[in-house]
Amino acid sequence: MSFISYLVNGISLGSVYAIIALGYTMVYGIAKMLNFAHGDVIMVGGYAAFSIMMYYGGSPLMAVLVAIVVCTVLGIAIETIAYRPLLEAASPLAVLITAIGVSYFLQNVVLLIFGSTPKSFQSVVTLSNVKLFDGALTISGTTIVTIASCIIIMVVLTIFINKSKPGQAMLAVSEDKGAAQLMGINVNGTIALTFAIGSGLAAIAGVLLCSAYPSLTPYTGSMPGIKAFVAAVFGGIGSIPGAMVGGILLGVIEILAKAYISSQLSDAIVFGVLIVVLLVKPTGLFGKKIQEKV
Amino acid sequence: MEIVERMKKKNFKSNMITYAMVIIAFAIMQVWKTSGNLSSLLTGLLVPICVYVVLAISLNLVVGISGELSLGHAGFMCVGAFASAFFSKCTVDVITFVPLRFLLAVLIGAAVAAVFGLLIGIPVLRLRGDYLAIVTLAFGEIIKNVINIFYIGLDSNGFHVSTQDQFSLNMEADGQIILGGPQGITNIPKCSTFVAGVILILVALFIVLNLINSRDGRAIMAIRDNRIAAESIGISITKYKLMAFTISAALAGAAGALYSHNLSTLQASKFNFNTSILVLVFVVLGGIGNMRGSIIAAVILTVLPEMLRFLSDYRMLIYAIVLIVMMIFNWAPKSLELRERYLGRFFHKSAKEGE
Repeated sequence: MSFISYLVNGISLGSVYAIIALGYTMVYGIAKMLNFAHGDVIMVGGYAAFSIMMYYGGSPLMAVLVAIVVCTVLGIAIETIAYRPLLEAASPLAVLITAIGVSYFLQNVVLLIFGSTPKSFQSVVTLSNVKLFDGALTISGTTIVTIASCIIIMVVLTIFINKSKPGQAMLAVSEDKGAAQLMGINVNGTIALTFAIGSGLAAIAGVLLCSAYPSLTPYTGSMPGIKAFVAAVFGGIGSIPGAMVGGILLGVIEILAKAYISSQLSDAIVFGVLIVVLLVKPTGLFGKKIQEKV
Repeated sequence: MEIVERMKKKNFKSNMITYAMVIIAFAIMQVWKTSGNLSSLLTGLLVPICVYVVLAISLNLVVGISGELSLGHAGFMCVGAFASAFFSKCTVDVITFVPLRFLLAVLIGAAVAAVFGLLIGIPVLRLRGDYLAIVTLAFGEIIKNVINIFYIGLDSNGFHVSTQDQFSLNMEADGQIILGGPQGITNIPKCSTFVAGVILILVALFIVLNLINSRDGRAIMAIRDNRIAAESIGISITKYKLMAFTISAALAGAAGALYSHNLSTLQASKFNFNTSILVLVFVVLGGIGNMRGSIIAAVILTVLPEMLRFLSDYRMLIYAIVLIVMMIFNWAPKSLELRERYLGRFFHKSAKEGE
């Protein structure tokens, strides 16, 4: 029974990774950049929800909504101010370093406002624990909500991208920016929309992450950020189902490795699995193989 | 042929300027230090500056010359630091002549890091672009995690290794713990000096600049510029990519050795993702592929956060803003256009030279 309980925990953690990885992968698909500040947007979302609940006495739902709005605005602001001038730069590394600068910036702004002492985050989920098999297996409310939100986000996002006009515009821009512009698509607007959606998802991920692991510091986002990045690559960066599968697999591997092998080595095992996957499938599980033309 | 001769002359001149710059900077600092006017803060920074300069040169070889993004350079530094510190701890009573022991330690650090570079490079260099970057990141994290779980002790019976804790080493009474898991290596003999650091910088520069101007270096750059074209004229991609990667790893290992012998306690957790990124920032800000730029950027960006200490809490915030603004100023096409228009007169000459 403990195996099933680990598995459920793994899927829950993996769902959070998957939501973060969706943001990474969408931004990568459209802007071809690794947004290293994404992890810190999660942390900002966590602090936004925390402030609403602690200082303004808002309800959990209110807190989640405010966090989403804050992160969406933040995402658009980061894109316009820091990334847009550099998207056409001579080296793709320029925007990568700027993203790192943005990451330091967010961490330090939050550090100045809230200080470095960890804040204990009150879970936004009020659902009580569910006992299965005569109490042999307990699943917390947070876990259920996390997994459910992950599935809902996945379904809504897939429908949005495949059926709606802005979604189709995103696909077009990620295929070929120049051609998309010729077809009358507002490329800059579409990129900003992608950042907005990615950051909004990051806010949800932040709230869910902090509900499961309640300690919140200015550096909370960096490790989940890196893990989600790994998950996105694992599934094939730029692919939405890939991010989902990659995230969940990563979470399950991490929790199982922690439980059965060694808690100190769990990160090493996660990264080791990534390396093996990439060596067998060099563009990730769902990645497109790009033919090189001479 | 005349063009080749002229290029060679120009390269030679440019390289000499780089060496001269390092030596002059060294002389100034040395005079300043002996006159006693150098603040204790800056004196403490001299060796770290050398470490970061060597790291920047080493990473620039991979990023600038070979054209691959590596996000795990701290991993190689970590391997070099631990291997050399381990060696120094074991031989502290055997080899009493400090410069010789330190030289051997640096060589061992470089050699072990080179072996890791080779082993990691063989599978990794099959990947491209961002996939390669993430795998180097993964290796950096793995190396750090694995070193963290090992306990190694030395007593009259030889080495004892454990992955549990220091008590399960079962050592004799005269035993001494060398590597203590997350505690790392403690009481490392402090051998790193500014002079040693500068010598290491010059050696690293000599290796990298000579590599760039050699036949092998041109092959490496040909692969960077056009992989398929290079392959079609018979350049072995694997061989040259591995060459650049391994040399770079060795230099990072040597830098790690310099780093570890400047500290009394060495912990693997220091060599995290942020360290790799820090070095990458030096390389990108200094100019990708430009060794002189890397050196200057490494020096400025190591000193800058310390100089900003009077800002206390705002220090890293200012650093982040400076970083973002400098990146946009240096790289954004719009900013370059504006610079060309208004400052063109001043920048024109240097821009031409850069091509």
